[in-house]
Amino acid sequence: MAEVHDRREGGVESFMLRLLRYDPESGQAPYWDEHTVQLEPHRSVLEAVLQAKDRFDGSIGIRCSCRQAICGSCGVRVNGEPALACHTHLDAAKASARDGVIEIEPMGNMPVIKDLIVDMDAVHWKKIQRVTPWLLAKQPVPEREYIVSKESMVDVTQTMACIQCGACVSDCLAMEVDPGFIGPAALAKAYRFVGDPRDAEHYERLNDLAQDPQGIFDCTHCFKCVQACPKDVNPMGQIMRLRRTATQDFHIVDQNNGERHEAAFATLIRNNGILWEAELIPRSYGGNSWFGKFAPAAGRELLSSVPTAIKGLLRRKMTLTGILRPHKIPSQDLKAVQSIYDKIESRPERYELNLYVVGEDEAPASSPEGEPAGAASGAEGSTS
Amino acid sequence: MPEHDVLIIGAGLAGQRAALAAAQAGANVAIMSKVHPVRSHSVAAAGGINAAISVDDDWHSHAYDTVKGSDFLGDQDAIEVMCSEAPQEVMHLEHMGVTFHRNAKGEMDLRAFGGASMKRTAYVADITGQALLHVLYEQLLKHHETVARYEEWFTTSLLLGEDGSCCGAVARDVRSGHMEAFTAKNVILACGGAGQAYKPTTNGLIVTGDGIAMAYRAGAPLMDMEMVQYHPTCLVETGILITEGARGEGAHLLNANGERFMEKSAPNKMELASRDVVSRAEQIEIDEGRGVGPDKAGIYLDVTVVPRKRTLEALREIVNLGRDFAGVDITREPIMIRPGQHYIMGGVKTDVDGRTPIDGLYAAGEVACVSVHGGNRLGANSLLDTLIFGRRAGEHAAARAASMGMPRVDANAGLRRDGEMIDAILARDGGGPTHPTPPRRVSEIKRELGETMNKQVAVFRDEQGLQSALETVARLKEESECASIDDRGTVFNQDVLGAIELGFMLDCAQATVVAAIERKESRGAQFRTDFPERNDAAWLKHIDITLVGDEPEVSYSPVTITQWQPEERKY
Repeated sequence: MAEVHDRREGGVESFMLRLLRYDPESGQAPYWDEHTVQLEPHRSVLEAVLQAKDRFDGSIGIRCSCRQAICGSCGVRVNGEPALACHTHLDAAKASARDGVIEIEPMGNMPVIKDLIVDMDAVHWKKIQRVTPWLLAKQPVPEREYIVSKESMVDVTQTMACIQCGACVSDCLAMEVDPGFIGPAALAKAYRFVGDPRDAEHYERLNDLAQDPQGIFDCTHCFKCVQACPKDVNPMGQIMRLRRTATQDFHIVDQNNGERHEAAFATLIRNNGILWEAELIPRSYGGNSWFGKFAPAAGRELLSSVPTAIKGLLRRKMTLTGILRPHKIPSQDLKAVQSIYDKIESRPERYELNLYVVGEDEAPASSPEGEPAGAASGAEGSTS
Repeated sequence: MPEHDVLIIGAGLAGQRAALAAAQAGANVAIMSKVHPVRSHSVAAAGGINAAISVDDDWHSHAYDTVKGSDFLGDQDAIEVMCSEAPQEVMHLEHMGVTFHRNAKGEMDLRAFGGASMKRTAYVADITGQALLHVLYEQLLKHHETVARYEEWFTTSLLLGEDGSCCGAVARDVRSGHMEAFTAKNVILACGGAGQAYKPTTNGLIVTGDGIAMAYRAGAPLMDMEMVQYHPTCLVETGILITEGARGEGAHLLNANGERFMEKSAPNKMELASRDVVSRAEQIEIDEGRGVGPDKAGIYLDVTVVPRKRTLEALREIVNLGRDFAGVDITREPIMIRPGQHYIMGGVKTDVDGRTPIDGLYAAGEVACVSVHGGNRLGANSLLDTLIFGRRAGEHAAARAASMGMPRVDANAGLRRDGEMIDAILARDGGGPTHPTPPRRVSEIKRELGETMNKQVAVFRDEQGLQSALETVARLKEESECASIDDRGTVFNQDVLGAIELGFMLDCAQATVVAAIERKESRGAQFRTDFPERNDAAWLKHIDITLVGDEPEVSYSPVTITQWQPEERKY
């Protein structure tokens, strides 16, 4: 075989692919199509699909271009998990396959056009357009650049690193239940502006996304998008940052009870070390205190949850004392939980995890002496 | 039938910038791309964009570095335009929202880059192209009322009026297979280079020379096509690019003996000499047996000398690339690289407003040759080129549109012609096992083309190799006429588009080989082992290739020199 890059001795192995094909012009349902390709194990699933396409069947449909996880074209599902085909090694894919055959399907939550190609316009790009995805620049525009902190630009660069591949959208559980949910990619994009000190409308953006029933409080913290993202954009983390900015910095109280719900959650855990569901509902609807349950909205919600509570009691998932009294954890554990709160709250600024800013949780390797001239300001920059 | 004042083909940085500029000037604009705009290959540009924005800098210095980098083949009037307008353009992008890295004072930070006499490269980590492209797309979304977008539409040819002017284009909606003729007062080609004519290449699979070939077929001259840039740092196996930013941050190049061999060819700039110089030095090390790796085909790029925190913050993408595509933690160990095809300095000949010699046809970005890069492009000058000349082409085309009526053109003839061309591809007899001489698959022909170009039209060239490449390309052209495909459908038929792209790439490759044979000297990226010296007396001129009948015809045009006389080039 004339692979120019078969440079490792004896490196080429056989891999079986099982592609979910769909031809919209055939009138037939999707079907599985198997091919065997010859590649080295560290080559990508995309290279495998392209080899099948090049050698056996040119009609296999897949979007692709850069082969290096930057253009965002080749979002698919490999063995059921969302991934960039070019960013998934064959050996890893084979290891995670049920029966040794690498299964490749189109992404979820978006209509399939043909084979592995989905309609991103109908879902992903529509949602991106929902968040006013352009800078609403502070006026007056300076003659030169806006003077902003180094950290702020590095911070939004994490969301700027999103390649719009749709992997997070494909796997979003909240969107499966509520297709109208603005979703992880678009909300991460929203943070790119809310976190940008040059944008003039942080409050308007946040208020809009907080008041929308399908906005920032529609996320269910399942972490699927964090896991799916091939670029470490951490979409759910960005959604949580939108929430914290909306509630803690702008004190936006939304009609979805999101702000109260989060406050109640945090307070109950702090007080009890563990969640007390019966108290969470009234506080989320009526306000974050013991008196919350007397608010009319809380009353209505409590009444409407009575059938659920009865069902829970009957099935022994709940106990009456569990409903009426807070759950307890051992006192040293409670102390440990509360010390986490104290530690976080004692920081002068809110601690936000951002890989670009903090690098990795590891002390930097000792940097060598005699740095080359070219790197001088870089080094200064990094220590500032 | 859609009609537009300005139709832009290609939606990378040049195309999007042209669209915004033309729309701002009041034109009715459409932008068309065979992929979604953010998939355009501008997205892969990593290191940054050059502009003399520092108070200590001067655009003349930037211009001189560019002229010297071009090995004095760049047109100095065009270089002056690009470098003098650069600071304002970069500020404009910053105001649009590009998240340029800042220094401690909150101003834009600058990093060192190859061939530059001081730090003048603004950057967003090592995703500068992506950040620029996505921010421009934000602006396209913002201006959706004034810029029509045809996303995933494949342009098959340009429409020419009876007077020879360009009046639109024929395109196929990739999603439905529907063919449409677009009438336009002006067409701006902004669809990139032709890297896929090489294998391996740093370029994406979509970079197939469509615009260069369509203009060439329409009669526009191509210029400097022999000048093909090999980037010094590409992964050995896949050809994936490691940004020059790595060397800008201080990384070293080492041979098998652990020597910084750049001392020999560029004692002052070392790793930050021009790309042609560094690639040649690497190739010499490899050819003389001082390469690294199992078959000594690589060179070590040592990023470990850059402080780890700085690497993680400013070179994060290549940390990931090293991990995911080579299994190497670049913060801990050197990574194996080699020169790889990266950029085509040549392209459709234009003036500083993007005008080609064909009325109504403009070109900007890698598809074009102004020429600002001459024999060798400096790193971080390509993003600048796309934006400056994209904007200027957009503005000029809008102004021209304002002074004329919609051209009358028999668009149906073009539509019919391209429809028949596609039907003919669909009707090709696959041959089957009983066929006397079964036609080869598109993918096989493409592979042979790429491997031929990478072997014989690469860092070092000679007459014999080039002649052999010329014969191969001619044979492949013939074969491509009946290359077999499998997909007969209309929805996302990538197979039929691949067959058309193969034709585009072969045209580009032929022009490159013809020009490389013609230039009997060594200048910039063209190094002829049989003519190893630069020869200003005979060859300080551009080579233009025009399609006459079915054959490329060679002519020359002068290099514009304003203030910098050619001198010996040392780094």
